[in-house]
Amino acid sequence: MIVSVINRLVVAAITLVGVGAIVFVLLRVVPGDPIAMMISPGASPADIAALRARYGLDADLATQFWMWLKALLSGDFGMSISLRRGVLSLLAERLPATLELAFAALALAVALGLFLAVLGTLARRTVCEPLIDALNGLALAVPDFVWALALVLAFGVFVPVLPLSGRINPSIDEGFVTHFYLIESLLRLKLTAFADVASHMAMPVIALGLPLAAVIVRLLKEALKEAMVQDYVLLARLKGMSELRLILQEALRNAIGPTLALTGVQFTFLIGGTVIVERIFSYPGIGNMAVDAVINRDLPLIQGLVLMFGLIFILVNLAVDALAAFFNPRLRHG
Amino acid sequence: MAEQVSSVAPISSDRARKVRRLIGRGRRFLSLDAKVAFGGLIILIGLALAIFAPLISPADPLEQDLMSATLPPIGFAGADPAHLLGTDDLGRDVLARLLYGGRVAFTVAFVAAGLAGLIGTVLGLVAGWYGRLADTIVSRLIDIWMAFPPVLLSILLVAVFGSGLHSVIAAIVIIDWTRFARVVRAETMAQAALDYVTAARAIGFPRLHVLLNEIVPNLWPVIVALLSLEAGIAVIVEAILSFVGLSVSSDTPTWGGMIASGRQILHQGWWVLAAPLAVLFVTVLAFNLFGEGMRRTLDPVMRR
Repeated sequence: MIVSVINRLVVAAITLVGVGAIVFVLLRVVPGDPIAMMISPGASPADIAALRARYGLDADLATQFWMWLKALLSGDFGMSISLRRGVLSLLAERLPATLELAFAALALAVALGLFLAVLGTLARRTVCEPLIDALNGLALAVPDFVWALALVLAFGVFVPVLPLSGRINPSIDEGFVTHFYLIESLLRLKLTAFADVASHMAMPVIALGLPLAAVIVRLLKEALKEAMVQDYVLLARLKGMSELRLILQEALRNAIGPTLALTGVQFTFLIGGTVIVERIFSYPGIGNMAVDAVINRDLPLIQGLVLMFGLIFILVNLAVDALAAFFNPRLRHG
Repeated sequence: MAEQVSSVAPISSDRARKVRRLIGRGRRFLSLDAKVAFGGLIILIGLALAIFAPLISPADPLEQDLMSATLPPIGFAGADPAHLLGTDDLGRDVLARLLYGGRVAFTVAFVAAGLAGLIGTVLGLVAGWYGRLADTIVSRLIDIWMAFPPVLLSILLVAVFGSGLHSVIAAIVIIDWTRFARVVRAETMAQAALDYVTAARAIGFPRLHVLLNEIVPNLWPVIVALLSLEAGIAVIVEAILSFVGLSVSSDTPTWGGMIASGRQILHQGWWVLAAPLAVLFVTVLAFNLFGEGMRRTLDPVMRR
């Protein structure tokens, strides 16, 4: 058990360093000089050299990598070139917005997926089942990008009930202490602010959550159907349990393991999807910032962002492994 | 008569059984093939429209005409019959841009999926069949790759390569070879544990021969299905990159580019967003259906 935990942590660390090295190398071969993009046309060569030295771009590659690694380990992620601010503080400011979005989408996906899978199992062998399967297949094929834009059309144009962009109405000033607007407004019972933040999040959350919900329905429904013909379910049925109780009390517990593991993997895809979905809704998270960083060739910021995404992915994977072990005792001793 | 019938009954029932089996087989083939046929048909139509875009396009996709800007599609008030699907904010014909945008989409779909499939399959086969160091290297590579959010990596890569069609394709291949490598590696390992492989090895066939002639034929269904799904993914990635402005230059019409301009003039002309979105949706759905159906039709285990 301890050995396998240490093993996983080591692999995670190696993966993170690998990600860092790839990012570093990739970004050093970027065509286009970041300094050239931030100076005014009339700058003298001496000014350019001074700027290069300031951002550490004058040393050779190996030295730059070593300096970079040392700085990272001491918590210094460098300065953003386009925003002229510390990368770490920028990340700390934007990350909560993305985390709220991602976890809200995860919650929606799990709730919806669970509900529809149970409903589909109840309706098995009826005319409803092929209908549910067909809709499910359709939903599986549609990516978050398409959902997001379809929602823009539906609730931004045809039935304009939801705000199309941003995170909060600028006129609402609640003096937030943290950057977790949704959680903070709820905890401080600022319900107008909460409703406003929630309405801004609604479309991106649905767009991110629906593809994951579709995956959960597909997997869980199959597993539930299999579990429903097992002996222990038959026994419970003979005792006179209702169909719904059979599913929830008997079948679900045994069927949920594989779905759970895959939901974790899919959650990393969902986090990746925040990049484009945040872009579509001008939502101020790290995904949207990443697109801007790439367009502006802001190397330090891109580095920090990619490392941040890499770290989140690795943490999610570790959490999934831990959860799987928790739900399946056999894995704990494997 | 009755005697005759009873005397031939065994034969006829035997024949009937054969016929029934044949019908059953045909019906199964047809019903499983509905997805393949439907998906394939849409893909073919889309491909033909894209290839023959210069011949059938109602207008020049780049020609601006500010006098007839943001005209709605046919059937809406103020529509111009010359512009079936309306015009965008610069007065360019939406239908013409859709047709030409299809050329970029299908090029990326086929080239990127093909290359990613080739590289991923080869690496997956090597890792799954030869194991040891090769497997360790490929598996570790896949792990590192999986730690990257694909969308972010594609944007990053295109920023490195510079924008353009080649960069988009290269980015998709570099990101998505793992989809093939992962599945092919696992499938190869599963096949390698089966008796027929042991038998082939026992006869004394060389390893490479067993891999190419015994194992690979059994992997085709999976590979074809993955290729089709990958083509759908490639279409989406291209749309996303051109939406962000990192794909081909802005004077080449793309679905993603149209979506981006449609997003900006949402309230003046929703159709500029809706039309390419609908086409994108149908295309991706077709590739998905085709891939799903193909896997089921070609896979002898799932056919049963």
